[in-house]
Amino acid sequence: MSAGLVMVIAPGFFTNGPVHVAIAIGGSAALVSAAVGVFIVMRGQSFAGHALADISSAGGSAAVLFGIRPLFGFLAMAALGAGGMEIIGARRVRERDLVTGIVLGAGLGLTALFLYLDVTSTSATGAAASVMFGSMFAIPPSTIPLVIGVGIIALLASGLLYRPLLLISLDPDLAASRGVSVRWIGLLHLLALALAVSLSAMTIGAILATALLIGPAASALHVARRPGSAILIAALIGLIATWGGILLAYDSFTWTPGHGWPVSFFVVVIIFAFYLVAVSAGRALARDRAVRAGG
Amino acid sequence: MFSGFMINTWVVASIVAATAGLVGFFVVVRGASFAAHALPLSTFPGAAAAALLGVNEIGGLIVFAGFGVIGIHLLGRRGRPEVATALILVLLLALGTLFLSQTREYSQSVYALLFGQVLGVGAADIGPVAVISVLAAAATLVLFRPLLLSSMSSELAHARGVSDRRIDLGFLAILALASSVALPVVGALLAFSLTVGPASAARGLTDRPAVAAALSVAISLVTIWGAIALSYVTDWPVGSFVGVGGAIAYGIGRFRVRFRRMCSAIEA
Repeated sequence: MSAGLVMVIAPGFFTNGPVHVAIAIGGSAALVSAAVGVFIVMRGQSFAGHALADISSAGGSAAVLFGIRPLFGFLAMAALGAGGMEIIGARRVRERDLVTGIVLGAGLGLTALFLYLDVTSTSATGAAASVMFGSMFAIPPSTIPLVIGVGIIALLASGLLYRPLLLISLDPDLAASRGVSVRWIGLLHLLALALAVSLSAMTIGAILATALLIGPAASALHVARRPGSAILIAALIGLIATWGGILLAYDSFTWTPGHGWPVSFFVVVIIFAFYLVAVSAGRALARDRAVRAGG
Repeated sequence: MFSGFMINTWVVASIVAATAGLVGFFVVVRGASFAAHALPLSTFPGAAAAALLGVNEIGGLIVFAGFGVIGIHLLGRRGRPEVATALILVLLLALGTLFLSQTREYSQSVYALLFGQVLGVGAADIGPVAVISVLAAAATLVLFRPLLLSSMSSELAHARGVSDRRIDLGFLAILALASSVALPVVGALLAFSLTVGPASAARGLTDRPAVAAALSVAISLVTIWGAIALSYVTDWPVGSFVGVGGAIAYGIGRFRVRFRRMCSAIEA
């Protein structure tokens, strides 16, 4: 029994400091991403969500350069990106995707520059990998209260936005006639999105943050019938993926000596597997319902 | 700036930019920005595998670009296409980071592959890049009318016997070819700026499709030439000039559209 357990959980896992930090921060990122992600997927904003996460990398890399906390960098840039998209904002989907793409390109241009300056003017040689692909085991423990604070704010905001967002997502005309400002709610939701992607960028990296934001939410929407239960399922999938990823990455130090496997790799693969299962489960459920309705 | 080793850079970058400009025209017309962003990133593990195993880089890029196309196409049928694009994108990127984490120069390779290493282009790269680019450009020109038709009106395309799904797959394949040659030069992230920026500017400047496509190629060439020159002078990464240049090009196109609307409003 205990030998089997040692096979799964390498010795020292529960007493390791960096693991505790990773579990706390990864968990917050998973919860917030689930709450925000379900609406992102429902409203067809996956590209905008991905773009904001990418853009936040400019803030993360600038933070290394100026020696401020990476979370503040990610947050500031994601919020700027959200504002930029809203200001240039276009109504038609094609035009919206184009605007998103242009803002994304400009943001990434900045990231390229900051990362270059990071390497040439400071001695931060690992900045490119940690900003883009995350470095969960290298987060200082002093960040935990800050991350949990940001997480609570984001969850509260999502809770307050839940009903108006649901109305806007399902029937924008009805929402407008009831006096819900589509534009303001949209902007507030983008800001909540900025909080979510900054947390995810801290953990699995700016360009992989999309996985945590979109993957669990999209999987949950394939099987759940209500947005509320979708958020709960997405949160569960997100937690399993991040914590499972941390465990596997910790174990992987013994697989290839000298080179541990990246946490982000495991997190993304687990999320992808959940999505594949959810897609087929969703089809089976739909067939089941059709049969019952028919019979 | 035009000395021996830089000549390769200028030649390869010009080929890459011309192809990106042409393909980019259809990216903008078809509203395929997310796919245009995802496919260059899908080729990322190809370059990473090449760095890890020491195999041919272009081959690796094309193989993983193929995985990206097939993945996006197959998964997109079973759910929301943009979710499929996002998940294939992160899955392939995560695979790339796994490959790179096993090499010695993890962070440097990440940077070079994501943001480009324009000065690292060698004479041996010119041949394969030219062949693949010509292939992508020729396919775009052959499919010019059906591509345009299916993006303007899918009913009309159906009436003429053009299959939406097949055209879509064909376009993804062209995009993948163009992306895989752009990666070593401008990097996986900013290959996308070169595709979307100039084309969106061109669309703002003219309404005629053929002229817009030609204009898009021209703006794309000017963007990359300017970026290389500036990068040579300042020593800053070429990708950042391409990213900002693409945004400026888009801004100019959009400004002109506004200006024309304002003029016609005043006349009326």
